[in-house]
Amino acid sequence: MNAAARVARPALIDSAWLLVGPAVLFLLMLFVYPFLYGFALSFQPLEGGRLANYQNFFADSRAWRTLVTTFGLALPVTVINVGLALPIAFRLRRRTRYQRWITALLVVPITLGTVLIADGMLTYFGPRGWLAQTLQLVHLYDGPIRLTHNYWGVLISLVISGFPFAFLLLLSYVTGIDPVLARAAATLGANRFNQFRHIYLPLLAPGLAITFCLAFVQAFSVFPSAVLVGAPSGSTRVISIAAYEAAFENYDYAMASTIAMIMGFAQLIVVAAVLALRRAFYRGPVSGGKG
Amino acid sequence: MSATVERWGGRAWGALLVGLMALFIVNVALMVAAVATNSFARRWLGTWLPDGFTTGWYAAAWKEFQLGDVLWVTVEVVLAVVVLSVLIGVPAAYALARREFAGKRIVLLLFLLPLIIPPFTYGIPFATVMYRVGLAGTLPGVILANLIPALPFVILVMTPFIEQIDPNLESAARVFGAGTARMFAYVLAPLLMPGILAAALLVLVRTIALFELTFLTAGPDSQTLVVALYYAVFAAGVRAPQSVDAMAIVYMVVTLVWLLLALRFVNPTQLVSRVREQPA
Repeated sequence: MNAAARVARPALIDSAWLLVGPAVLFLLMLFVYPFLYGFALSFQPLEGGRLANYQNFFADSRAWRTLVTTFGLALPVTVINVGLALPIAFRLRRRTRYQRWITALLVVPITLGTVLIADGMLTYFGPRGWLAQTLQLVHLYDGPIRLTHNYWGVLISLVISGFPFAFLLLLSYVTGIDPVLARAAATLGANRFNQFRHIYLPLLAPGLAITFCLAFVQAFSVFPSAVLVGAPSGSTRVISIAAYEAAFENYDYAMASTIAMIMGFAQLIVVAAVLALRRAFYRGPVSGGKG
Repeated sequence: MSATVERWGGRAWGALLVGLMALFIVNVALMVAAVATNSFARRWLGTWLPDGFTTGWYAAAWKEFQLGDVLWVTVEVVLAVVVLSVLIGVPAAYALARREFAGKRIVLLLFLLPLIIPPFTYGIPFATVMYRVGLAGTLPGVILANLIPALPFVILVMTPFIEQIDPNLESAARVFGAGTARMFAYVLAPLLMPGILAAALLVLVRTIALFELTFLTAGPDSQTLVVALYYAVFAAGVRAPQSVDAMAIVYMVVTLVWLLLALRFVNPTQLVSRVREQPA
């Protein structure tokens, strides 16, 4: 594999492929092939024509409503998570000991994962948990407090797991922006808000778009918390529950694959929309009124 | 005048953000504390603190949920995933960092996709294939499932790390007559070690907590801790909540020990995104 040999006879396959090959082969077998298999399977329904599964999904209100429910959870959650994470990450953009501690603390809920958060919520946010007791003690709210086994339970659990994720991702983008730019703007008389709006925000647009997409995709595929702290047969019957039921309760793998494909496609639309929006945002003049 | 307004506005805004952050952290901490308290509670019904304390629930949970077996499966899965993803991933990362080759962009896209597409979307077709070939419910099936996100993660963490190693060091070794094997053993491996350690720890922490793919492919004998915890919470009605919380604490301790270890070597933001090349 020395240079002389390569000059003498151009290698049939680039030697880089020897290094990258195993990983590529592995993902082709375990990721691409199953995906294509599922795609093909979705057009081979147990009964009916080729598109029967897709027709059935959109004809059955119990099925297509899961899509609405999922959007109804994932969109608000993503807006909350990214909306909270942006100003806080911006505030903590300087490397201080404070920032180190906050980031180390926020990594904990991400690592613990949604299952543990769900279990903790049942104990803490439950009708007789510490939160309810505190709220009743200070008479902030005297009615029955129901924050689990409904829409709000899932929303809270998605904020607990999703906010730190959005924050850490945005923090890594914010700290990547050279503070000299903002200082230059300050010299020219820009106050802190204008520094943010005219310097940081345009530079952050790509990172913000990616954070929004990843946070959305994460919220969109919610499963454990929708089952454990939600109402899995009612208000939080999200699309992943429908896919799971099709595969493991009805053993209709074709239908399950169909739902998985619809799920992937729906996410793709949102991701494409956000990226298109970002491009539109970027093309405009940096100082123009963008509302 | 307006400067004063602006300063006070800035302070109020800052206070609001600090308040929100404190609210979040305090509530999450109390949530964890509630689980810990309940796991030691003799009986706890609607009061501030339980009637009495006991460690009996841990023994109960250990027997009830067969935690010994579950922990052993978890160790096997996590070890296999870490070793395989590093063995396959590091050479690929090296190629991506150092070489230009035909099809590099497509390869990069292939490595990014499993991290962008959520596990449930490809997990269902993957589980279907596993059922067809008879690997579903087995330990190898679970290991393969966990490798799908772990391998691209190692590659994406290692690529920028390798890029920042000076290629002249490798050339120098070549000039002094080192063959590929010697260069790898004496130059590359020591330089790569910190990055491999960081990547391995990150994958380890993520694999312990990875729920969806394990859930979709595991059988009764191949459950990892997080999946067993899910089933325990799912069937909470028939079991004492204290023993479920005891199991949750076991899971939490297992995860946090490794997280603390990982945080000694990596920046917390690396758990969600790729390594940044600039020095900390």
